[in-house]
Amino acid sequence: MVSGGLAASAASGTALGWNIGADIRQLLALHFMVNAFRAGTIVAVVAGAIGWFMVLRRQSFAGHTLAVVSFPGASGAILLGISATAGYFAASIAAALVIAGVPRSPGGRSYSSESAVIGTVQAFALACGALFVSLYGGFLNSLTSLLFGTFLGISDGQVTTLLIAAAAALAALAGIARPLFFATVDPDVARARGVPERLVSTVFLLLLGCAAAEVSQITGALLVFALLVMPAAAAQQLTARPALSFVITIALGLAIAWLGLAVAYFSVYPVGFYVTTFGFTAYVASAIIRAAAGRLARSRGLRQAVPA
Amino acid sequence: MPAEHDHAAGSVAATVGSAELAADRQLASRSAVRFDRAEARLGGRTIWSDVTLNVAPGEFVAVLGPNGVGKSTLVKAALGLVPLVSGTAIVLGRAPGQAGREIGYLPQRRSFDAGLRVRGIDVVSLGADGERWGVPFPGGGRLFASRRAARQRVREVIELVGATGFAGQPIGQVSGGEQQRLLIAQALVRRPRLLILDEPLDSLDLPSQAGVAALISRVCQEYGVTVLLVAHDVNPILSYLDRVAYIAHGGAVSGTPSEVITSGTLSALYGTPIEVLRTSDGRLVVVGQPEAPARHTDRHADGAALPW
Repeated sequence: MVSGGLAASAASGTALGWNIGADIRQLLALHFMVNAFRAGTIVAVVAGAIGWFMVLRRQSFAGHTLAVVSFPGASGAILLGISATAGYFAASIAAALVIAGVPRSPGGRSYSSESAVIGTVQAFALACGALFVSLYGGFLNSLTSLLFGTFLGISDGQVTTLLIAAAAALAALAGIARPLFFATVDPDVARARGVPERLVSTVFLLLLGCAAAEVSQITGALLVFALLVMPAAAAQQLTARPALSFVITIALGLAIAWLGLAVAYFSVYPVGFYVTTFGFTAYVASAIIRAAAGRLARSRGLRQAVPA
Repeated sequence: MPAEHDHAAGSVAATVGSAELAADRQLASRSAVRFDRAEARLGGRTIWSDVTLNVAPGEFVAVLGPNGVGKSTLVKAALGLVPLVSGTAIVLGRAPGQAGREIGYLPQRRSFDAGLRVRGIDVVSLGADGERWGVPFPGGGRLFASRRAARQRVREVIELVGATGFAGQPIGQVSGGEQQRLLIAQALVRRPRLLILDEPLDSLDLPSQAGVAALISRVCQEYGVTVLLVAHDVNPILSYLDRVAYIAHGGAVSGTPSEVITSGTLSALYGTPIEVLRTSDGRLVVVGQPEAPARHTDRHADGAALPW
């Protein structure tokens, strides 16, 4: 038996039992926990969908920076006495516009040559966040939750904000999905076929900023990759079929978020740790599955190639 | 397809008589691609000028010349990606860039990242509808006849290029020649009237070069597709060609290979002594071809600002 976490024990002195049904009822009996699951669900879906394209486009570094930038955004917003949610979104989307404005490398293929710029922005953002936290003084003891996530005290209003932002981001993503896929896989032909590649890339960076801001609010600014990269990276290991790996990404994201929240509820440690651990496990498992499948196929191919 | 001998017209090649001009006008009504005294500039520098070139429907024509002479620019001008500063170009009876759906285009060799987890068949499918906004719904083939027809067409072109065996594998993991077959399939999905290929044989091993060259010739002959192919080595395609066009800074000269690839014609075009030798197996070796060293280095500086 694991003794209840801080919040859980304060609320009702709950404990994890062997009866799963009772455990789930216990999880959902508290309003803050229901809100945590609502927020986790929204965030997992939007992060999975946008993360899938991010992994395919190899823009993980940009994604990470957009998330890190949300830390000074949120701490700065708290310092100014406005909502942290607004700070998350404002900072990430502003940073997305900055990255989109960086001149592209010849051929416009990747952001690799911009990585120095992105890294510079990221370090400065972290430093600003640290400054804002110390300016605020002793009252802002939520540094850990800004960096490593929290599921406590998510208000109904916050859930609504997350939902609206997620719906808008997913609608926009659905609108550009096919040309974005084209421009990602085969940029030269996409351009020749009239795909406005620059516009599509910029819109995608904005969506990525939006997703990073959403995920930061659950996993913390440093562990955003748990939901943004890990499900997509794991799914793309498992299959090269785009539609199937997209569906697996969303399913894995939801499973990781729900499991992480549930376990965190019964524990004293930050939710970000659990979400990241489950994401990591999923990635390692799928890498092993892929390696095993590859080995199996090779040995079968060898057997066919060598006549008995 | 009979080669048009009479209108091999470049300002560098001999004088253009009035009889030839009349023949040219006649041809203009039935040409797939026509450049008339065209000039292109990139970054304020003239790449070539006074280029006159005519490709009749159904012909297999190669654009040849040393590196850095602007062969890819010619292709991009035909596609409307690089504007002409003077002269005219007509592609399939319209201004460049206006016949998008009827042109299949293979940009200069792009290799897919070995880690790209997208199947060959997905890349081919993008040739059908990749630039359309929105999301292709999985399983739409069961509901919509048009989707079913599109999928059937994708299977058909994959069969046509002989890629059925490896179209289901991640495209980054098949060989260069196999990738090139898939890309030709992608360019053929929409039944183009004109196929423009930029260095399709570059960096392929010799058997792959022969296989892909034979495939392109078959597409040209069996399906009546006009082929405009850029190459720096004429030998793999020499036996299939109706005509060749050599391009130089000051103009172009075109005609049958035996007319154009001669010491006299090429020396006149490039203004430097060039010798054409024929080996015992019929291969042509061009000696003394100017590699335009200054232009070659410029090319990379240029690439930063403009797509080559």
